[in-house]
Amino acid sequence: MITLVKRPTPSQFWAYATPLLAVFATMVAGGILFAALGKDPIAAIKVIFYDPLFGPNAAYFRGQLLVKAGPLILIASGLAVGFRAGIWNIGAEGQYIMGALAGASVALAAYPAESHLLFPAMVVAGALGGWLWGMIPALLKTAFGTSEILVSLMLVYVAQNFLAYAAFGPLKNPDGYGFPGSRNLQQYPSAHNPELIAGTGMHWGVVAAFLAVIATYVLMQRHIAGFRIRTAGEAPRAARFAGVVPAKLVMFCLGLSGAFAGLAGLFEVAGPNGQITDSFNAGYGFTAIIVAFLGRLNAVGILLAGLLMALTYIGGDMAQLMLGLPTAAIQVFQGMLLFFLLGFDLLTHYRLRLGRARA
Amino acid sequence: MTGALLKIEGLTKAYPGVVANDGVGFQVAPGEVHALLGENGAGKSTLVKMIYGLVKPDAGTMQFQGAPYTPPEPRAARAAGVAMVFQHFSLFEALRVAENVALGMENPPPMRALSTRIHEISTAYGLPLDPARTVGDLSAGERQRVEIIRCLLQDPKLLIMDEPTSVLTPQEVEILFGTLRKLAAEGTAILYISHKLEEIRSLCDSATILRGGKVVASCTPRENSARELAELMVGGEFAATDRAGRKLGAKIFEVAHLNLAPMSQFGPALKDVSFTLAAGEVLGIGGVAGNGQEELLSTLSGESPSAPGTVSLHGQDIADLGPNDRRRLGLLAAPEERLGHAAVPNLSLTENAILTGTVRRPLTRNGFLNMGAAKRFAEEIISGFDVRTPGPHVAARALSGGNLQKFVIGREVLQAPEVLVVNQPTWGVDAAAAASIRQSLLDLASKGAAVIVISQDLDELMEISDRFCALNEGRLSAPRPTEGLSMEEIGLMLGGAHGMQEAAR
Ligand SMILES: Nc1ncnc2c1ncn2[C@@H]1O[C@H](COP(=O)(O)OP(=O)(O)OP(=O)(O)O)[C@@H](O)[C@H]1O
Ligand SMILES: [Mg+2]
Repeated sequence: MITLVKRPTPSQFWAYATPLLAVFATMVAGGILFAALGKDPIAAIKVIFYDPLFGPNAAYFRGQLLVKAGPLILIASGLAVGFRAGIWNIGAEGQYIMGALAGASVALAAYPAESHLLFPAMVVAGALGGWLWGMIPALLKTAFGTSEILVSLMLVYVAQNFLAYAAFGPLKNPDGYGFPGSRNLQQYPSAHNPELIAGTGMHWGVVAAFLAVIATYVLMQRHIAGFRIRTAGEAPRAARFAGVVPAKLVMFCLGLSGAFAGLAGLFEVAGPNGQITDSFNAGYGFTAIIVAFLGRLNAVGILLAGLLMALTYIGGDMAQLMLGLPTAAIQVFQGMLLFFLLGFDLLTHYRLRLGRARA
Repeated sequence: MTGALLKIEGLTKAYPGVVANDGVGFQVAPGEVHALLGENGAGKSTLVKMIYGLVKPDAGTMQFQGAPYTPPEPRAARAAGVAMVFQHFSLFEALRVAENVALGMENPPPMRALSTRIHEISTAYGLPLDPARTVGDLSAGERQRVEIIRCLLQDPKLLIMDEPTSVLTPQEVEILFGTLRKLAAEGTAILYISHKLEEIRSLCDSATILRGGKVVASCTPRENSARELAELMVGGEFAATDRAGRKLGAKIFEVAHLNLAPMSQFGPALKDVSFTLAAGEVLGIGGVAGNGQEELLSTLSGESPSAPGTVSLHGQDIADLGPNDRRRLGLLAAPEERLGHAAVPNLSLTENAILTGTVRRPLTRNGFLNMGAAKRFAEEIISGFDVRTPGPHVAARALSGGNLQKFVIGREVLQAPEVLVVNQPTWGVDAAAAASIRQSLLDLASKGAAVIVISQDLDELMEISDRFCALNEGRLSAPRPTEGLSMEEIGLMLGGAHGMQEAAR
């Protein structure tokens, strides 16, 4: 018989070992899944985890890795701060869209003027757009006690409608022969967020993501503000006793995660994507939630988790293309990762004991 | 004795850094009220958790009703007829009383029927409780009642009570004892843990005394004085508190016409509370928990805002200042609920030192944590207040109840407050440690601080306070000098018989 015994203090070892164990278990279970679909499991795992990094076309895919991981890491860093405090922003996808819209609007309003100030202005607008969208659930929660989970999530759909409206209406490219979608910012030098080092995929958004990792690490681990945020998640009453004002905390956390998501949207629309279209958002805001948990709500963990998640995306695409795996199978595979992570998480707080206790 | 209900031999349990129980053995007969005595951290809670199946012994045997007994989990213990009231509450705040009770049962009856049963039992045993109330809205005393009633509903053969009376009033204690004696007469054995030695002497038939995880003595409590029992526990003599050598200074703290809307739907409101405090003075506030004690503490600590002009320190209006601004000015507080309010269970003692210590201690630099300094502060508390724990890295929840209490009080006292407010400062603390906590409060006062002690323990208040007042239904009686105050006068201040009904509300 297996029994669970609560550990007096959470295990440091397992806190780091469970993500690795989860990845391994996902490979095994995923392999079984792929085998059941009639594919060679070893080959499939290799295509997903190995080829993007070291395969024949790795040079191209490695660049993609940062492009995909950048927004995930940036958004997840912000979300994790709130999650630590027990404030659940599920609507990063909407904040991402609004950031992109705000930033792109600034650029398109200035078009075709060239200025060094344009890009910084777009960055500020992007952050502001996401921040504002995050403040809606924050204000509703502090004023009326609404659930930030529901409100932020529903605002994603509102944002999506804004996006469609903008792509077909005000932001539509006047020289676009009537096709929906804005001008391509990649062709507007002052507004373009270019690849900084050729072939690496590194753009300002990736730089911002790394900075966000460092900043949130310092905040959460070294600063009294982060300490109070953690306390608020662990024991709200003790946090109030320590001087945390709940309303301020809600606004800070939703504002921060909103601004980070907005920034990610801006860097995406000005860089790799280039264009506001009605299908501009690619689910980064939702995937970032998984990344945040996969990374144990910890800055460094999120960095690694973002890279890993990006890898499964790129690898998953490849597997679809090369092995003809169905999209659903890839999604199940990605879901397994979270499932195993949360499952193994138990080991951080509990010890497994085999057999009956001696009497 | 052939008819032992529970027989324990060689029970051992080690935690990292401490052997909580070391070869413990004793037995309990049906209908016997058996006390477990020992200082904080002696291993009492650990021992009964093993009997209740919550903690697995490393070694040793147990027999229950003559058969080997190794409960793998509390469910098995309950099935065997063992019930337990915990030292720390295990209730879900968001759920109602009846729902909480149902969660602890194997086959809960329909909610309606259960509510009726709760109502019956609770009135029969003098622990009235409305099954429909949300636990989050209950005071500590009322929560304890939920736990007790949850056990009584199971009709146990052995009832374990880990410090059940810390939060009850003397009258409530008497009623509870009536209940327990009745249960014992019906053949239920009771294993009873308490630091209140007089209670033990009046209730218990026999006692096993633990020290450092080992059984050091067993005795018949009635045949020993409380002092003898305390000395058996400590293994030596301990000092009585010394209140001499204090001079009252100028008035430094004032609460004037303080009103506070109930913090929760069912909580009491504070009504026109006024008092002043001089430097060097200890003010005792008596009364049953749940009559505004928590509310008073949270307005004084700065957690709940109050109207302008209601709270002032050194003549400065501080009513709109938050907890940290008040700490900066020298007003500190220690709430009664140690897990989750005064301390964060999952954080280490070092981090719990940071929780309230950053304002008056240099634990941060420009807002950045200085973990080294925090650790030294935690170590200072641990050594200064004799907190028994392997070290400051240990999570708060791994400490025994009394030891965490010592930590919480020590953390505030060592920050040299000018005004200190403490709520139930010695709740769950053993006699010797309680004496040293009281002494530290007196020492603080003799250095010129004003101390407000909110407590249910009248003896404690009489021992250390210069003036006494009572909080009843959110109203504070006018403070009166403690010297020469008769028990009768105190009773009147507490609201007399009226106070009882309040407790029952
Ligand atoms: N979960 C745990 N992890 C680590 N150490 C523990 C744990 N529980 C208890 N201990 C340690 O075991 C010892 C005995 O603790 P226990 O809670 O049994 O004491 P107690 O006699 O009930 O004290 P108190 O009167 O203060 O409640 C203490 O040193 C305590 O720190
Ligand atoms: Mg205990």
